[in-house]
Amino acid sequence: MAKVLMKGNEALAEAAIQAGCRHYFGYPITPQNEVTAYMAKRMPEVGGVFLQAESEVSAINMVYGAGGAGARVMTSTSSPGLSLMQEGISYLAGAQVPCVIVNIMRGGPGLGDIQGAQGDYFQSTKGGGHGDYKLIVLAPSTIQEMADLVQEAFDIADEYRNPVVILGDGMLGQMMEPVDFENVKKTKRNLPEKTWATTGRGNREHRNVINSLYIDPPVLEKHNYVLFEKYKRAEQNEVRYEMVNCDDAEVILVAYGTMARVAKNVMNIARREGHKVGLIRPISLWPFPKEPFKKTVDQVKGYLVVEMSMGQMVEDVQLATECKKPVHFYGRPAGMIPEPSVMLEKIKQIAGGAR
Amino acid sequence: MAVVFEKTKGLTDVPFSYCPGCTHGIIHRLVAEAMEELGVLDKAIGVASVGCSVFAYEFFNCDMQQAAHGRAPAVATGIKRVHPDKVVFTYQGDGDLAAIGTAEIVHAAARGENITVIFVNNANYGMTGGQMAPTTLIGQETLTTPYGRKAEVNGYPIRMSEMLSTLEGVAYIERTAVYDVKHVIQAKKAIKNAFLAQIQKKGFSMIEVLSTCPTNWGMTPVEALKWVKDQMEPYYPLGVYKNTLEEVK
Ligand SMILES: Cc1ncc(C[n+]2csc(CCOP(=O)(O)OP(=O)(O)O)c2C)c(N)n1
Ligand code: SF4
Ligand SMILES: [Mg+2]
Repeated sequence: MAKVLMKGNEALAEAAIQAGCRHYFGYPITPQNEVTAYMAKRMPEVGGVFLQAESEVSAINMVYGAGGAGARVMTSTSSPGLSLMQEGISYLAGAQVPCVIVNIMRGGPGLGDIQGAQGDYFQSTKGGGHGDYKLIVLAPSTIQEMADLVQEAFDIADEYRNPVVILGDGMLGQMMEPVDFENVKKTKRNLPEKTWATTGRGNREHRNVINSLYIDPPVLEKHNYVLFEKYKRAEQNEVRYEMVNCDDAEVILVAYGTMARVAKNVMNIARREGHKVGLIRPISLWPFPKEPFKKTVDQVKGYLVVEMSMGQMVEDVQLATECKKPVHFYGRPAGMIPEPSVMLEKIKQIAGGAR
Repeated sequence: MAVVFEKTKGLTDVPFSYCPGCTHGIIHRLVAEAMEELGVLDKAIGVASVGCSVFAYEFFNCDMQQAAHGRAPAVATGIKRVHPDKVVFTYQGDGDLAAIGTAEIVHAAARGENITVIFVNNANYGMTGGQMAPTTLIGQETLTTPYGRKAEVNGYPIRMSEMLSTLEGVAYIERTAVYDVKHVIQAKKAIKNAFLAQIQKKGFSMIEVLSTCPTNWGMTPVEALKWVKDQMEPYYPLGVYKNTLEEVK
């Protein structure tokens, strides 16, 4: 099949179906409404289930039930909806139920606005629900990459028995770009059989139980260690990032998702003006890529982190560089796009030795 | 030697965590026996809720999922949509079902979700030490209504069976009690009917069971049984509220 022109939201929905997702539960919210509409239309065509829940609280618990029962299952929402899902996400992580959760972020806090923004980085990568747990968080910056990562997300979820988040923003959800579904990039994985799923006991000797309750503290402690062994494996195997023009760079821009597209343009303009500028684009926000910073920290004068927020990922960059070099920040919240001219100005200041 | 009585295969050997005289135990046995007699244990998937029955996933001898407080009907929906031919049930208390989980139960019923709900109404939050539930009676003393529940402050107790039976998607709803042998037998019949409704793919079914909480009510088990009969039953009349079964057994 040739490339097709599609909206980000529709492409991610189609990618999910092509990845074998046959159960989708969701609740309408802008700017991800195209996902629910697309699923409502497509799922019956492929013999799948689309169900509009009465709330995001309910949707994420339907995901828990379906995922626990062995299905490839997905939900999608935007920021306020993700807040409502936090309880369920904690249970999903605790009970080790695989699923894919899409957050097409908008401006906040509160009802905020419906413009694409990046204010949910902390919520996705640092918890949000209660207890010690981690989500694997993937942030595409093109619509093709959205399709690639959705496919990958289902496999990662199944391999690790853990929820995987696709973190996009309203702009990525709404824009149109060509996508090629036949040549999606996929990692080869040996996916384990879901022998733990509640399918009804049949002839099975043992009962299958999906549960996050371990009332005996030493037993719960052990369960937490099991989870963190798994997270350690993910930190070793699931780190993704892109580095552009970093070899000789004195100033490195750091951005993810939509913001990275703007940053790449600014980098090119700066290069044309004679500045040695590179770009680090984290693709997995958790596990956060530390390597590109280790590789570059000795050579650069400083980093400029740009986000469509008041500054969240910047803290991970500070940790990854161990504060060996100045980490500057420029961002705008509320769905306002950071100005390329301001970015250029800051690049020049950092190149000139600003700390 | 001839076997006169055997424990149902529907329960595991794990000892119950319930207080002495608590009727949660009787209700467990009825649900387990009903599943065994209908021959659906091998295809049953249960959902435990949050309350004293939180460990139900250890007691029922079938596949189980444990759900967040109030969310069991949503979890059961997810399971049933993956396995429409399996028998899916929830086991929920009155705080779980009628307070924090009101939206989930109403919409599962409204969708006619083909699941069975066992609703244990003991007029308080047992597990957390006996606070007011939506079902707590007017005048009833609890930890959070130390002067008795007052309508001016807390409004009136909710009758869930009556409310839900107005919904089109509902196939079977009956309120039962387990305070004497006659009612225990009736309760089991009701639970079987609810599962039958699901097996016949009729839609949502729920059995409300008036249950005791001697520990938090501050009564002996016998006094508690009498309290259900004298105080609860008049406000929560027993009986079938909705029935679309083809043949009632
Ligand atoms: C989100 C959340 N809020 C509160 C609690 C605490 N909690 C545990 S059980 C319970 C009440 C259960 O009462 P009920 O459903 O009536 O069951 P019973 O114990 O009476 O059988 C509460 C409030 C919790 N576990 N989760
Ligand atoms: S606290 Fe009440 S409901 Fe809970 S087990 Fe004890 S008697 Fe039963
Ligand atoms: Mg109760």
